[in-house]
Amino acid sequence: MKRTFAVAIGGAAGQGVATPGVIYARIFARRGLHLYAYNAYQSIIRGGHTFLTIRTGPDRVTNQGDRIDLMIPLNQDTMDRHLGLLGEGAAVIYNSDSIQPGTPPPGVRLCPLPVSQLQHNARAKQEQNTLAVAASLSMLGVAFQPLEEMLIQQFKKKGDAVVKDNTESARTAYQYATDHFEPFPNPLPMTDNKYAVLTGNMALAMGGAAAGVKFYCAYPMSPSTGVLHWMASHARQAGIMVRQVEDEIGVINMAIGAAQSGCRAMCATSGGGFALMTEGLGMAGMIETPVVVIDVQRAGPSTGVPTKTEQGDLWQMLGAGHGDYPRAIATPTDIVDCFKIIPEMFNLVDKFQCPGIVLGDLLLSEGHASADPSELDFNPPIDRGELITSANGNGANGYKRYLFTESGISPRAIPGVKGHAHTVATDEHMEDGVLISDEFTNPIKRRQMMEKRQRKIAGIEAAVPPPELVGPRDAEVTLIGWGSTQGVIQEAIELLGDEGITANQLQIRWMVPLHGDAIVEQLRGARHTIIVENNHSGQFARYLRSETSFVADGHIRKYDGEPFMPHHIVEAVKDQLAGKTKLSVPMHEIMV
Amino acid sequence: MATTEVALKTVTLQEFKGKVDPDWCPGCGDFGVLAALQKALVELQIQPYNVVTISGIGCSSNLPGYVSTYGMHTLHGRALAVATGVKMANHDLTVVVTGGDGDGFGIGGNHFIHTMRRNVDLLYLAMDNQIYGLTTGQVSPTSRLGMKTKSTPFGSVEGPINPISLALAAGATFIARGFSGDQKHLTDLIKQGIEHKGFSFIDVFSPCVTYNHDNTYPWFKQRVKKLEDDKTYDPSNWLMACERSQIWGEEIPIGKFFERTDLLSLDQAEPVLDSGGPLALRELGIPAEITREFVTELM
Repeated sequence: MKRTFAVAIGGAAGQGVATPGVIYARIFARRGLHLYAYNAYQSIIRGGHTFLTIRTGPDRVTNQGDRIDLMIPLNQDTMDRHLGLLGEGAAVIYNSDSIQPGTPPPGVRLCPLPVSQLQHNARAKQEQNTLAVAASLSMLGVAFQPLEEMLIQQFKKKGDAVVKDNTESARTAYQYATDHFEPFPNPLPMTDNKYAVLTGNMALAMGGAAAGVKFYCAYPMSPSTGVLHWMASHARQAGIMVRQVEDEIGVINMAIGAAQSGCRAMCATSGGGFALMTEGLGMAGMIETPVVVIDVQRAGPSTGVPTKTEQGDLWQMLGAGHGDYPRAIATPTDIVDCFKIIPEMFNLVDKFQCPGIVLGDLLLSEGHASADPSELDFNPPIDRGELITSANGNGANGYKRYLFTESGISPRAIPGVKGHAHTVATDEHMEDGVLISDEFTNPIKRRQMMEKRQRKIAGIEAAVPPPELVGPRDAEVTLIGWGSTQGVIQEAIELLGDEGITANQLQIRWMVPLHGDAIVEQLRGARHTIIVENNHSGQFARYLRSETSFVADGHIRKYDGEPFMPHHIVEAVKDQLAGKTKLSVPMHEIMV
Repeated sequence: MATTEVALKTVTLQEFKGKVDPDWCPGCGDFGVLAALQKALVELQIQPYNVVTISGIGCSSNLPGYVSTYGMHTLHGRALAVATGVKMANHDLTVVVTGGDGDGFGIGGNHFIHTMRRNVDLLYLAMDNQIYGLTTGQVSPTSRLGMKTKSTPFGSVEGPINPISLALAAGATFIARGFSGDQKHLTDLIKQGIEHKGFSFIDVFSPCVTYNHDNTYPWFKQRVKKLEDDKTYDPSNWLMACERSQIWGEEIPIGKFFERTDLLSLDQAEPVLDSGGPLALRELGIPAEITREFVTELM
């Protein structure tokens, strides 16, 4: 089993859950520890119930895990909701002035902090969360100094007095915990590494910057808005134009306009906004303009649950836009992959002159993870494909934007290049761009042009590697997942291994092209296949079946808005191997 | 620096002629708009390859196919959004957007308002025929109250919008109304619109000879009256423009309603474009010292 430590902080929105989260994340990452943080919250600015889990350890941490080692309830509600879920060895640090503990499960330690007595300046209200963090660091065997540094950084704008109030109160709480609470049996480890901490949204945005995006536009929509925020705050340094547009229809069309002019252009939204973009996506397919659209899935349908995760937009992506046209769809498998996938996608769509969709979800986009700085490569390979940006050396006479070629790819001239003027049209057109839809139609030319565009599909398939089965070939069970579930499935497989059950994993990163034949080949001989996905109808299972006729032996699905925890998958696999069911829908025990 | 070795060739009208002839109905007002646009571009001596003509969908939106500039024939109502992207990506280009009243004021109404608010430097030529032509004659956002069309066989009970007042309210910095039947006047307005640095809107009466039997050439000819002929009219006076925009009846004003030159256009206001030339032509990479900062702030 992985050696990890998980802290959970709960309270109402606006009570200050985020700040201690940032403090922990920084302290862990600077200590050379990996971390993963997931915040369960609601669509409310003040109030509700927010529950942040930060899990850390020396090895890469990919999910929130099954166990909370330390809980910091900032209000009574959090204590009441979650105390019963804690297991043996866990501890609860709480403000004993305002919170009643209730009866803890066996082996759970209560660590009451008399906050009002520990405050350096009774008139100034030192946040209880800072004191709790200080106490916890003492119990974890972490020196006080890193916290002191962070508090100085956090409060220096408010003046020396505030810095002193906070650092002194924190120091008192730290000492109080040292005097009164048993430390955790294993002090928090330390390594020589130094990690960056970022969200999936930041990774997607930075991946765009790395890919050479020069135009980014969006309409704010949870849980994709973080991409816009990063882009907007770094636009001037990075030389990226960022626009907030009146709606998502405007967004996709503006991005396509910028792409047509020759920029790498990107936009991000969630399912509802993507629905508005679909006509534009078809335009990119028809006029053969490369553009990258990020869809960050949230729980649908319709407005759904804006702050909850789901993998429910797959069929929307597959069918977005009417008519047939080539597209690429990638599903990044973790937060660092959100960064890496963007330059890959741009190279692909620039080469094949079609729209590309990066299909993430809230779990990735708002989750925090540690990353080795070397993983964030701002100099990835760039391939802009057959792009004509100057008239030099090009036989200008008779330029045909949609020249018939074997690959289906026609050299693309950007506006401003002499001798290459042409009109691109969403109407069907001939090689030179002239319409064959209005004054006259022509079934032969229509067929030729459709086939030209669709020929690109074979090239796209060849340009992307097929997925690979990871783990022993003869495993008892094969778990098939896509996108963000990679880490949690991987950990479930480790846990199954601890129980003597061998499992392997096939994780899908490219949804289109799917490489159906390769998948079927890899699954040939699999003893028991189970598809794991975060939706109700088994969207990937249905897609895989439609493309390959492959039918899995069982399914694990979750559609309550919360992500899988490793034990959900472990228990479901055991049930299914025992023949109890073919469809498991794990219950989410944490009420958030 | 520009070289003087080769003198720039004079741009001729022939160079703006498209690959195919327009498929508009004989007598359509759009012919006049196309001709005026071509003449204006020639008079301004703009190279065809430095112009992008962008349209949505509708009869008039076929126009980009009939000029030999770069062109984009996009989606119904979306031309202004696409054009904003084109202009921001390469602000050296001259961008002309064409379309009809349904395209611009109906399905594209939201983009119309916001493109004006942003003061994007482009010319928007709305060929306003007060009818949906390509769909064979339904009521449009500028059809008069009571107009009988295929979708309002007993007369429309909805009143029209006033594109000029709307543009004044939304903050457009150049607002004019032209008439396809008056070439010289329209050509002059188009020239002014292209030369204006900022969003230029010209609502052009472009009669539909097939489906609109109310707003015909003779109907307009009897009514249009040039603002330029009124020496008391001051197009820098927004309130005066608002007042004139309300006149509609036996007399309908055409000409330049309003122009202001004190506001920055979007490309001027956007610091990313301050130096380095058009975005589309810049190198893709970001200097390493900057990307290092991006990572350092995460640590």
